[in-house]
Amino acid sequence: MKVFVAVKRVIDYNVKIRVKPDHSDVDLTSVKMAMNPFCEIAVEEAVRLKEKGVATEIVAVTVGPKAAQEQLRTALALGADRAIHVDTSAETDERVESLGAAKALARLVEEEQPGLVILGKQAIDTDNNQTGQMLAALTGLPQGTFASAVDVDGEKVQVTREIDGGLQTVELTLPAIVTTDLRLNEPRYAKLPDIMKAKKKPLDVKTPADLGVSVGSRVKLVKVEPPAERQGGVKVGSVDELVDKLKNEAKVIS
Amino acid sequence: MSILVLAEHHDGALAGATAHVVAAAQQIGGDIDVLVAGENVAAIAEAAAKLDGVSKVRVADNAAYAHLLAEPTAALLAELAGDYSHVLAAASTTGKNVLPRVAALKDVAQISEIIAVESPDTFKRPIYAGNAIATVQSEDALKVITVRSTGFDAVAEGGSAAIEAVDFVADNAQSTFLKEELAQSDRPELGAAKVVISGGRGMGNGENFKLLDGIADKLGAAIGASRAAVDAGFVPNDMQVGQTGKIVAPELYIAVGISGAIQHLAGMKDSKVIVAINKDEEAPIFQVADYGLVADLFQALPELEQRL
Ligand SMILES: Cc1cc2nc3c(=O)[nH]c(=O)nc-3n(C[C@H](O)[C@H](O)[C@H](O)COP(=O)(O)OP(=O)(O)OC[C@H]3O[C@@H](n4cnc5c(N)ncnc54)[C@H](O)[C@@H]3O)c2cc1C
Ligand SMILES: Nc1ncnc2c1ncn2[C@@H]1O[C@H](COP(=O)(O)O)[C@@H](O)[C@H]1O
Repeated sequence: MKVFVAVKRVIDYNVKIRVKPDHSDVDLTSVKMAMNPFCEIAVEEAVRLKEKGVATEIVAVTVGPKAAQEQLRTALALGADRAIHVDTSAETDERVESLGAAKALARLVEEEQPGLVILGKQAIDTDNNQTGQMLAALTGLPQGTFASAVDVDGEKVQVTREIDGGLQTVELTLPAIVTTDLRLNEPRYAKLPDIMKAKKKPLDVKTPADLGVSVGSRVKLVKVEPPAERQGGVKVGSVDELVDKLKNEAKVIS
Repeated sequence: MSILVLAEHHDGALAGATAHVVAAAQQIGGDIDVLVAGENVAAIAEAAAKLDGVSKVRVADNAAYAHLLAEPTAALLAELAGDYSHVLAAASTTGKNVLPRVAALKDVAQISEIIAVESPDTFKRPIYAGNAIATVQSEDALKVITVRSTGFDAVAEGGSAAIEAVDFVADNAQSTFLKEELAQSDRPELGAAKVVISGGRGMGNGENFKLLDGIADKLGAAIGASRAAVDAGFVPNDMQVGQTGKIVAPELYIAVGISGAIQHLAGMKDSKVIVAINKDEEAPIFQVADYGLVADLFQALPELEQRL
């Protein structure tokens, strides 16, 4: 079975972001970028499926600027066999919205007919949590979102999902779309020899026009502001003082 | 304008989140219909009809919609969406699962987790784990939106909307519900509690979470956790507070043995009063805490329980 993994280039999750002084956007100049953490989990899951003999080929896909090829190379170093970059630099700036990404991914899924597509549940820049569900709609495939376990069994896949009240398990017919939650697995690190080998693995570049889709955004970013700063408060010296302050100053307990 | 709100429900009861979504719909303005989809949902429809501001409750009562699986529920919403300018749902795991599918079926973008309505097409939403607030304007005719409950005060009950049946039945041969393992608790729901006390990696193990129980009992609090505590298996996943877990904004949030990573802060920094108990005085959580207690939690918690 061929497995697709979708990876997105985002700000490194450790970086503290800054809003541009003109409030037009977040300032990403010379900021460390990385693969979205949920995509690392997606790649890891695909690699484990290959190690189990379930997946035969792993194709890593990204939709974005040229620099996003770095994240495809990371996926190749981690175990993907080949990669496809849908280069959006001619059509948009850095910002590819979820719907646009889903449209490009849907065309590739139609062309290549993978048995399973694994995406992250959420990109940590936009915090959208949409692309997998949209891809499922556009391809007419079933979806198992927020997965904490994925068991492929013949023509079906059982997906355990992290939901608000606990866990839910659904069974989907293959091909299917899965999005990863934090507990699905713990991603490995790429080893140096694999990073070297990854440079020689095939990486195809296509444009949205090649795929016959438009990835332009239909949501206008009007402005971006820093959130209201919380004033750090005081340190209390004892539990007694804490209880006293909560009762008499903050008045949140009685 | 006319707005369709997908009702959230669990265990045969309308979930509190729905009243918050209706509040967001009121700020957008126009007629508000609520869709109750599920199996044996008559009582839920009656509860939805009582929410202030609702004109009509549409009920799709069919086994096809049991557990609100994404495939049939999105097909239903896409079928009904033609009558509306906006489709709204809570930014719960149900809303997040279903609504983007509806948006793509209608070829429109989705706007996730709004916290404020600026105008019928312009909304505020947090991005980058809440470290920036974006104002976004939809250029689509149909707006598909999930609503963060903490951004909108719930509407009251006092209405008596009409209830009408929807006959459309989506067929779904692709996905089947197998089972659910839901956490049983007598405590208030995390998202709705007035007080939340959360434990982090500093709790050491799952057994030690019992130290929070007595305090939670006295304060009527819900118990939450950091990702590290969930990943380590101390407590179940549904207790995770943060960027990728639950968003809470109680009157009082007590963080115990939690360092205060941005991903955790994203889920609780809109709480009214924040208390941090941590033995490391440099822990970043103290930068957002109104009251910080530098102490070993194993000493502080029993003492706190006793003093309350
Ligand atoms: C994509 C992504 C998504 C994430 N989403 C979330 C999320 O939704 N929610 C979330 O919480 N995290 C999330 N995280 C993880 C986050 O970055 C932190 O790793 C996590 O919040 C740390 O949890 P912690 O504070 O419990 O553990 P630690 O950072 O290890 O802190 C433990 C604290 O306990 C204190 N302590 C230890 N012993 C004691 C004692 N005896 N008495 C008092 N204090 C003590 C220590 O001083 C320390 O400050 C996410 C990370 C990523 C990459
Ligand atoms: N531009 C993109 N290219 C490739 N994959 C993407 C892109 N945008 C989103 N995704 C995938 O969809 C997941 C969720 O992103 P989102 O729905 O945008 O929050 C990510 O973790 C990726 O797996």
